Amino acid sequence: MIDTLRLTAEEAIALVERGDVSARELHDAYASRDDDVHAYLTRLGYDDARGIPIALKDVIGTKGVATTAGSKILEGYVPVYDSTVASRVKGAGLSLLGKTNTDEFAMGSSTENSAFGPSRNPWNPALVPGGSGGGSAAAVSAGLAPWALGSDTGGSIKQPAALCGIVGLRPTYGTVSRYGIVAFASSLDQVGPTTKTVRDCALLYSLIAGRDECDTTTVDVPEVVLPTDDRLDGLRIGVPRELNEAEGIEPGVADAVKRALELAVELGASVEECSLPRSVEFGLPCYYLIAPAEASSNLARYDGVRYGLRVDDDDLTELYERTRDAGFGDEPKRRIMLGTYALSAGYYDAYYGQAQKVRTLIIREHAELFERFDVLASPTSPTVAFALGAKTHDPLAMYVNDLLTIPSCMAGLPGLSIPCGLSDGLPVGLQLIGPQLGENTLFRTGHALEQALAFDTVPERLR
Amino acid sequence: MAITREQVEHVAKLARLALTDDERDRMVEQLGAILEAVSKVSELDLDDVPPTSHPLDLVNVLGEDEPRSCLSQEDALRNAPAAEDGAFRVPPT
Repeated sequence: MIDTLRLTAEEAIALVERGDVSARELHDAYASRDDDVHAYLTRLGYDDARGIPIALKDVIGTKGVATTAGSKILEGYVPVYDSTVASRVKGAGLSLLGKTNTDEFAMGSSTENSAFGPSRNPWNPALVPGGSGGGSAAAVSAGLAPWALGSDTGGSIKQPAALCGIVGLRPTYGTVSRYGIVAFASSLDQVGPTTKTVRDCALLYSLIAGRDECDTTTVDVPEVVLPTDDRLDGLRIGVPRELNEAEGIEPGVADAVKRALELAVELGASVEECSLPRSVEFGLPCYYLIAPAEASSNLARYDGVRYGLRVDDDDLTELYERTRDAGFGDEPKRRIMLGTYALSAGYYDAYYGQAQKVRTLIIREHAELFERFDVLASPTSPTVAFALGAKTHDPLAMYVNDLLTIPSCMAGLPGLSIPCGLSDGLPVGLQLIGPQLGENTLFRTGHALEQALAFDTVPERLR
Repeated sequence: MAITREQVEHVAKLARLALTDDERDRMVEQLGAILEAVSKVSELDLDDVPPTSHPLDLVNVLGEDEPRSCLSQEDALRNAPAAEDGAFRVPPT
């Protein structure tokens, strides 16, 4: 009997390597589990791979397997080539369990913007799993995959990991290829792992990271070190006031983070308060100008001509307009409109141009802190998982979910979320932010804390 | 309101979105609220700050100009809603 709820990827690899179970048996153990949280949009059978299986967010292009990005405009689209990350995980011998649910074009914080219906939180199916990568997080949490890949623009890996009580890494911008990923905001989009443990996270990151000649923004990546140390001696942790005392942070979330930081001190780290005076206050407005501006440009390609949905018309312009109106849901339309407006003549300097300058400030503020600290810490999300439907009628209320994850994304920095406790019986995520290419420090910090916290990633109702 | 109905209609035209009347009404209201919130960026005096378009310090590199294999015409057309004679088919313009 394979306990998919408990098995880590590392343990699964050991089972297969020792010959205790075959790759097919392992794949089938996950694939035969009932998906009662709607984690998947597509599930796949075993395909002769030699290794353990993996689930991929449905923005990751997979040759011969439908890739929808959670949008009706891509329904029926079957890529004719693999994204670089898909070919790397296949090259490492992993079998694909399927494609996981996402907010449409990764725009959202709950998966409720998916054109194919929301995913549910394995801790309580009346609640959201977070988003946009809620499908990948729910799959790992509910024992439907040993690990998964997501994509993160302003928090779409870290926030669902936090709300589902698992580990998520948004890597340094440029470390993982975006070739073949459905684009949302290209200066921010980054693929990364969603896993049960920090060591699994480091291992999966090592499989996908590295320069790719198909993506000109990729860089050389330092060798990944799997963390082993239980101590944090000498580590300097900065606690930015604005990320830890922001309006809207639930008391139970703040308490769990505070306890984790006390543990860090016991493990030998120094913890000191610091400040990001403008990054948090201006991060959200800056993001909601830059990301929609880039999205409006990226989503211009959905025109009903080359792939995806077409609504026919005798007039080409009408064909474009009707196809896009029928194919895009409310959130992509809002962001296309917002981005087009922010880039249009007469408004460019005041909105997009100004936001690009704010981005420079955010980068500088973070760089100054990393002269004194190795890691910055805060809650990942201001709240624990919320009820389905609670925020769908107010776009701004939904946007605030990403208040704490956005600033470091704007600066291109890596961020790791690890579960650090419960509030009202629901998981709380601790966000650890590192300097550019500081993934190994995040793994070391996250692993030591994970050992000390001993958080049980299996949802209470499933134990 | 931060954005008028006429502006919404103009932007929808630029973005090639045929919005319904209901959608236009909602956009005026929702975009208005969002624009009011994001306008906060104008509070800062940033005349001396350079803009960032990209978080990494990258320099251009040139590759060798070598022919290599690419998608076949058949593959490139495989997902087309309409194709004819090896081309994407659209209404006459």
